[in-house]
Amino acid sequence: MTIAETTTENPDETPIETSVTLTINGSPVTVDQGQTVLDACTSAGIDTPTLCYAENLTPVNACRVCVVEQEGSRTLVPSCSRKAEDGMEIQTDSPRVRHSRKMVLEFLGSGVDMSQAYQVHRWMDEYGADPGRYGPEAARIREDVKVQDDLYIRDYDKCILCYKCVEACGDDAQMTFAISASGRGFDARISTEFDVTLPDSACVYCGNCVGVCPTGAIQFKTEFDMRQADNWKPEEQTVTQTVCSYCGVGCNLELHVQDEKIVKVTSPADHSVTHGHLCIKGRFGWTYVQPTIERR
Amino acid sequence: MQGLQNGASMYAVDPRRTSSAKFADLWLGLELGSDVALANTVANYIVSNDLHNKEFIAHSTTGFDAYVESLSEYTLEHGEALTGVPAAAIAEMATAYATAEKAQILWTLGITEHHNAVDNVLSLCNLALLTGHVGRWGSGLVPLRGQNNVQGGGDMGALPNKLPGFQNITDPEHRGKFEKVYGKEIPAEDGIHLTLMFEAMERGEITAAYVIGENPADSEADIAHARKLLKGLDLLVVQDIFLTRTAELADVVLPASVGWAECDGTVTSSERRVQRVRAAVPPPGLARHDQDILRDLAHLLDYPEWGDPTPEDLWEELRSLSPLHGGMTYDRLEAEGGLQWPCPDLDHPGSPFLHGWLWEPDLGGRAGAPFSPVVAQGPKEQRTEEFPLWMTTGRSLDSYNTGVQSGQMNSPIRYGNALDMNPADAAQLNLVDGETVKVSSPRGSVEMPIRVQPDIPVGLTFTTFHFPELVDINQLTNDAWDKRSGTAEFKAASIRVEKLVTA
Amino acid sequence: MTDLHLTADRATDAEAAAIDAAIVECGLEPVIIDETDRLVRGGLHRANNARHGLLPALHALHNVSGWISHGGINYIAQTLGVPPAESFGVASFYEMFRMEDPGHTDDVVHVCVDGACQIAGADGVIVSLEASGTTVHRSPCLGQCERAPAQFVQGNQGRPDFVAADREPTVIPQQGDPTLRLLKRMGVTDPESLDDYVAYGGYSALAKAFSMGAEAVLDEVDSAGLKGRGGAAFPTAFKWRGVRGADGDKKWIVVNADESEPGTFKDRHLMELDPFSIVEAATIAGFATGAQKGFIYVRGEYPLATKRLQNAIDVARERGFLGDGIAGSSIGFELEIRRGAGAYICGEETALFESLEGFRGEPRQKPPFPTTHGLFKQPTAINNPETLVNVLGILNDGSEAYKQLGTPDSTGTRLFCLSGHVANPGLYEGPHGMTLGEAIEMAGGPTGELRAVLLGGAAGSFVGIDQMDLPLSFEGTRAAGASLGSGVVKLFNTETDFQAVVTRIAEFFRNESCGQCVPCRVGVVRQHELIIRTAGRSMNGERSLLDDMDAAMKDASICGLGHTASTAVRSAIDLGLIGA
Repeated sequence: MTIAETTTENPDETPIETSVTLTINGSPVTVDQGQTVLDACTSAGIDTPTLCYAENLTPVNACRVCVVEQEGSRTLVPSCSRKAEDGMEIQTDSPRVRHSRKMVLEFLGSGVDMSQAYQVHRWMDEYGADPGRYGPEAARIREDVKVQDDLYIRDYDKCILCYKCVEACGDDAQMTFAISASGRGFDARISTEFDVTLPDSACVYCGNCVGVCPTGAIQFKTEFDMRQADNWKPEEQTVTQTVCSYCGVGCNLELHVQDEKIVKVTSPADHSVTHGHLCIKGRFGWTYVQPTIERR
Repeated sequence: MQGLQNGASMYAVDPRRTSSAKFADLWLGLELGSDVALANTVANYIVSNDLHNKEFIAHSTTGFDAYVESLSEYTLEHGEALTGVPAAAIAEMATAYATAEKAQILWTLGITEHHNAVDNVLSLCNLALLTGHVGRWGSGLVPLRGQNNVQGGGDMGALPNKLPGFQNITDPEHRGKFEKVYGKEIPAEDGIHLTLMFEAMERGEITAAYVIGENPADSEADIAHARKLLKGLDLLVVQDIFLTRTAELADVVLPASVGWAECDGTVTSSERRVQRVRAAVPPPGLARHDQDILRDLAHLLDYPEWGDPTPEDLWEELRSLSPLHGGMTYDRLEAEGGLQWPCPDLDHPGSPFLHGWLWEPDLGGRAGAPFSPVVAQGPKEQRTEEFPLWMTTGRSLDSYNTGVQSGQMNSPIRYGNALDMNPADAAQLNLVDGETVKVSSPRGSVEMPIRVQPDIPVGLTFTTFHFPELVDINQLTNDAWDKRSGTAEFKAASIRVEKLVTA
Repeated sequence: MTDLHLTADRATDAEAAAIDAAIVECGLEPVIIDETDRLVRGGLHRANNARHGLLPALHALHNVSGWISHGGINYIAQTLGVPPAESFGVASFYEMFRMEDPGHTDDVVHVCVDGACQIAGADGVIVSLEASGTTVHRSPCLGQCERAPAQFVQGNQGRPDFVAADREPTVIPQQGDPTLRLLKRMGVTDPESLDDYVAYGGYSALAKAFSMGAEAVLDEVDSAGLKGRGGAAFPTAFKWRGVRGADGDKKWIVVNADESEPGTFKDRHLMELDPFSIVEAATIAGFATGAQKGFIYVRGEYPLATKRLQNAIDVARERGFLGDGIAGSSIGFELEIRRGAGAYICGEETALFESLEGFRGEPRQKPPFPTTHGLFKQPTAINNPETLVNVLGILNDGSEAYKQLGTPDSTGTRLFCLSGHVANPGLYEGPHGMTLGEAIEMAGGPTGELRAVLLGGAAGSFVGIDQMDLPLSFEGTRAAGASLGSGVVKLFNTETDFQAVVTRIAEFFRNESCGQCVPCRVGVVRQHELIIRTAGRSMNGERSLLDDMDAAMKDASICGLGHTASTAVRSAIDLGLIGA
């Protein structure tokens, strides 16, 4: 590195000059090279259902609810991971797309408790999913809620195996690797080694798994308790963005407040400091603001 | 960690094999306090093997020859003797650092909580200057702040010699700018820092203290001494969100609100990023915002000009006075996810790193960066027959400082306060995991359980300082401190561990 | 390498020794090395580079202890740096690994319950074995359909795995037929003798390849029109050219010998009886693509094939046909064997990469394709043994001669695995385009009154007795809405309990879906439930539900397993075998 060669610009972040233009439902859409079909759909204002996708995680394209039809492709393609290419012709609302989305939602609804899943009910209505048509004998996950500590619970009856928690625990964020998918097929579960309890596992209680779970299968204990008491009222909650009070990283927090009490803490996935990921102190260390013992 | 995933190498230099060290390509478990020795040995190796960046040194630095001369005794063999790190490992790390396209040195309190803290830091700065790993994208010197707003405190002038924006109190021009806005004269001399304040208390020169958001009655080294001094004050006012041990000693307690959840304002993180905090919940009971308490106090002290500013009003004033912050409006902080100073004007994007001037053809009109020869000194206190073990202190993941905040959380991974000890040391003392022992240093004794830990080398022990109500660990720590930084040597004390005789 | 958190369980000395040995055998050293008590080497790079040692380490652990013990997982974590949850996740993916302490040290007898074995009385075998106190595992197809009902014994306490039937020489019904190309050495040469192999034309193709040059090899394979024999029928030359032209200094050959399509046993025969041909052909593939190294991923339930291949590799290396400077040239190529551990899905090429790399065998979304992002995300040519062995003939005799047999779109000969209700079950070679009836006649015709033939495997389809003129070529079967698949021709006579056979096929997919994508994970379960629910009655409205499921599995699944999971079931209904 010589004086003449050195710039103070980030060489890895030189502006992307190349863009690609694809056709979505007959209309041209231009996005930056490297963006996905989902990005293109979003920029074109098209609502695309997603479950296993999160902007702060590597796409695993496992849930298949975001599939679209690509001219020339034998099968549908997952929009979340498929890179947009020049000249692609994409259909997002064709009968094939609608059918597969409906079936994915229906399949999930037939085996998993989706009652707390974000947005899923809207999509089920939109695509006409009827999980009931597999009959009352249809196999379900059927797992008891795991309550092993005071910070979060795991309710695998609600798990759609989207892998987000595994990614957030592992190489997409925390690098702790306390959990993994285990087993195979319908019997696959997210699990610690030999299903040891979380306190006995490598878990460091960053709660990043809770932060990315789309169905409430991993849930803050505070939320779980309030739901049990029928006192969880998201419509009454305010969300305030602030900065964590602990170390010097500067993680952004979203304080969810109900009845003037903090009820849970999340972090914005689009924030450049930690992309929605926190540690145990940021995610759970807020209790001193409203301790059970009166602050004097 | 994402950097490691993307192919970066990491060398962890720490007396303990910490969680971070377990991610490292190589963990170098140096002897406690041998940081300068290691840095100088690395430097000597780099220069001896012609791995230094000669063009950068010639262009951007001063004092190279004297620096090289100061390194002469730090051969690999001598370095190994001083640090306990095998010579080959030192050479490997030195080569990796010097030949990397980009390299950073990151550190935290293991470097700065020593009696020779400034030497430690300078020895690392020297390495960056030697290799040109500073002032450009991806390379640099990265001191990691341990607290969310310790940087912001400095930014805002909470230093004895600085006004907001690191402007000098002793500089009449800087001072004058503030005096004009404040309408009051500012004392023209530097103040004194915390460690000197305690010494001044001891001499009876300070008889009153106003403590805001700090718990020195738990956090100071050689704590018994510190508490005695606090008790001896004529007046102690404590403004805090908790009734801390310091507050318990106070004549007046002003209950404050939680800055990040009950107030609006800004904080500055380790990377000099200024970000907004916002009130989400109201303060409980009689607790009030710090700014309201200070405003009322100002009014009571006959300073009506203080007025009744909002947090944003105060920030706007700061922007007008601190060139580093000039471009940071509340709107921009919100829209851009915070901004890193210097950000002098509204069009400035903020500064991800400093010292880019080192690479400019004219050095931005400045003189080159000086090498600072430093001599290796071990910890102030050495191990003796009476106190044959080292003790170092630090944090655990789920706890924070004296635990007044984190202690409220019911953490499943908290193991409480314990003295980590190598299995061999434990065996020699006939101790088992979890056994409560007596731990003594030249300053005092405490009783605490041990935790047998293979990750800590023989001869060294470690404990956190998160549970002062359980174990008053700062009874043991050494209050020897660096005159230049004001930081005490929390990281190195000699101790003795004794089995408790059961009745 | 991460901050491992281990339970208190510790490996036994035997477990540790076995794991250490397995890691060394992979050419690896422990990831974490305590050089002194103050100097520890580790790191993410070392861990990532050694991760492919995980599956061999798990095999070693299981063989010693009979299960994946907690202490063993911890020891693997300490040596390979794989977090315990990940090792657990990987191990629990595979059929051959028990995750709970069985409480005894007996060998486990795997008894095949699929298709040919099912109709040959596998259930009765299981009942009598269990009655005698044997530990039995009900296994999917073991690739021994010609000697149904098949068994495979998984060793314990260090005892090797074995197949009792391997003690008898394998019968090649066409042995001595001068028109044979792929089977010509089988039963004729000693599979452990390189001299024998060379005496019967071995290594002449490699010599030709070296003298022709890589581009000419690609041209010759291209003009021969060779297509893959695993089911997808992809042109081999196109694949190889893609790898040769791909960016990257490291390229790989992978031999997909994870033969597990129910009804398929052709690659097992090739590996057991003509292993040098696979080694030679893989070496040619390396030369043609620019790959320096290859892996042969052999089905875990194929102990004899593994042994014979290992011998072939060792002998070839000894004699200068592998390693640096092959046969006096400047060309180098290395081969290593990896064992699968019981997972049909690992026959899917990208799942195989994941498995080989030490992860769960979950397929990847394509694109990108293996030619650019294959093993270790590097350019990779992956072919099965049958496809590779065809290359030898193409080079030895020239593409023109090669094309003399077969049809213009399906050149050359094909291996057919005849099983079920057939007089002489076994492996046969015939030209592409021969009719289904001719193929059946090669094997002596059906036993009993033929009702249906399962063509192509569980992922294929049933065809009726009116299809005896069906040409067995890629295009011929495609035109009939069927597929040659992996060459399975499984016969069922009128005595067959088709409800049981089709239910078992549905169960097979239910058991073998990796579980990664929703359409397949749930679809195969709902399909199996539907088949059970409608047993013995007309499908009525449920047929459209099955079609709905099939459409979503075909359209939205990640890989071929989901795409084909309904094919056989739906063809059985169409033929009136069930649901009538």
